[in-house]
Amino acid sequence: MNLQAIRSIYLFEMARFFRTLMQSFISPVISTSLYFVVFGTAIGSRIESVEGVGYGAFIVPGLIMLSVMTQATSNASFGIYFPKFIGTIYELLSAPVSFLEITVGYVGAAATKAMFIGIVILATSFLFVDFTIQHPLAMIAFLTLTCLSFSLLGFIIGIWAGNFEQLQLIPLLIITPLVFLGGSFYSVSMLPPIWQTITMFNPVVYLISGFRWSFFGTADVSIGLSLFAITVFTGICLAVIAWIFRTGWRIRQ
Amino acid sequence: MTTIVDVCGLTKRYDGGFEALKNVDLSIAQGEIIALLGPNGAGKTTLISTICGITRATEGTVTIGGHDNVTEFRAARNLVGLVPQEINLEPFEKVINTVRFSRGLFGKAPNDAYLEKVLRSLSLWDKKDSKIMELSGGMKRRVLIAKALSHEPRVLFLDEPTAGVDVELRKDMWDVVADLKKDGVTIILTTHYIEEAEAIADRIGVIAKGEILLVENKDDLMTRMGQKTLKVDLATPVTTIPDVLKDYDLVIEGDGLLYSYDTKTDRTGITGLLADLQKAGLKMTDLQTRQSSLEEIFVSLVAQREDAA
Ligand SMILES: Nc1ncnc2c1ncn2[C@@H]1O[C@H](COP(=O)(O)OP(=O)(O)OP(=O)(O)O)[C@@H](O)[C@H]1O
Ligand SMILES: [Mg+2]
Repeated sequence: MNLQAIRSIYLFEMARFFRTLMQSFISPVISTSLYFVVFGTAIGSRIESVEGVGYGAFIVPGLIMLSVMTQATSNASFGIYFPKFIGTIYELLSAPVSFLEITVGYVGAAATKAMFIGIVILATSFLFVDFTIQHPLAMIAFLTLTCLSFSLLGFIIGIWAGNFEQLQLIPLLIITPLVFLGGSFYSVSMLPPIWQTITMFNPVVYLISGFRWSFFGTADVSIGLSLFAITVFTGICLAVIAWIFRTGWRIRQ
Repeated sequence: MTTIVDVCGLTKRYDGGFEALKNVDLSIAQGEIIALLGPNGAGKTTLISTICGITRATEGTVTIGGHDNVTEFRAARNLVGLVPQEINLEPFEKVINTVRFSRGLFGKAPNDAYLEKVLRSLSLWDKKDSKIMELSGGMKRRVLIAKALSHEPRVLFLDEPTAGVDVELRKDMWDVVADLKKDGVTIILTTHYIEEAEAIADRIGVIAKGEILLVENKDDLMTRMGQKTLKVDLATPVTTIPDVLKDYDLVIEGDGLLYSYDTKTDRTGITGLLADLQKAGLKMTDLQTRQSSLEEIFVSLVAQREDAA
């Protein structure tokens, strides 16, 4: 295992993040505040509570998930796409590193950045609403797993993408809708029965539900199912990456 | 002589089906400097990329230091530094950080003292905190070299290292190469400048259309390439060569005479020829010399090859 290489990739990627630290910090703070103003205050004042939780607090886990999933995906996809685009990938390909090490470096950095943003949003939320986290350890575990698995997904997208449009395409066309329709801002039980059934095919529902359970102890689906879903999702991403590694798909001609 | 890089039956077919390398065999000795020459599109970069693991071989094998570059890629690549032809650098990063990154990627523990030495030898030390995008083209190329040297390679591939580098720095670069050779580093470089190959290489390989046409000791090849011609324009054209000039290898061409000679011999015969021209009463209006270009030599080599086939 070339640990030195993992460390180098990780630090190099994090340096990009630190160069734009203010941007990385301010944009989640602003967007979270806007969500609270619009959803929490304007709309939330009409909604008493969802499953015994005030609406303002209820949307916090969904809000964090929304940002974390999109950030993890876009960070990781950009992280590996950029070297491909500017040509510096030659160095990764000619270095004594395995694809596993490359993946750990890039995905680790992308997950760290997403985690950071998730924590900033959580901290900002405390400024607007009052709540306690019932299962903090489970919360951290869910957050970490989500950061990791969506960074893996982003990594795959970054390898697949042949241009910047494709890089934006999947997050825009698939992830954002799935997250919005995955119960970020509502409980699945608020939907008509037919939609409740359809929603169950959305994998994001399980992640948000599990994450919300760690906050409030209530969930749309059982916590076991949530854990199972995220494990399966991570497993699929890992399998795809292993295949890319074996075949050199889109990387090594 | 120990072989450090051994290329055996290497064929590279790109996805579109284009065969960029055709059954190439090449054996590179430890500590030598070999220059690969060849026209654009000959396959030089493809050969280097395949040895370094950037592209996959379609057929054939490559070993570096006795290690197969696919099955034992770690051991093989540990020995190799690569300076690519294209300037590929992260524009927003500082010079020192990109160089540190390269060292780490090759699994070497941080060593800023060594990196300082490398940057100084490439006259980049005062630019270490500049962002890449603030550097000139020639500086960027030297950053690529610094990155390749940062992990102390035993085999160094330089793909057109001096393209776009000014004359003075080109000389500096040759010194860097000479120093590396002194340390026992094996160097494979490609170039379009024949003087460059002449100045630093021990052996020269000529490659065209994906095939190695020859690999030869530089001195032997240079003698062959040393043919030059002198064209003498005459005020009054002649139809036959005067008797005084019979001993010279002269042909009549247009309004003048064409003299072929060898630059590598002690006596080119030019002084004598000029004196004898005057004796013959011929009035010269102009003189031109020309040397067969590398390109012409490729063409004639390829032509010979095709005739033989
Ligand atoms: N990725 C690729 N896909 C398809 N064909 C390629 C690819 N890369 C190179 N080629 C083709 O392979 C041939 C050899 O290219 P290569 O870059 O190895 O030439 P070269 O000798 O380095 O030329 P130059 O002196 O211009 O750098 C060319 O005909 C080129 O078009
Ligand atoms: Mg080339």
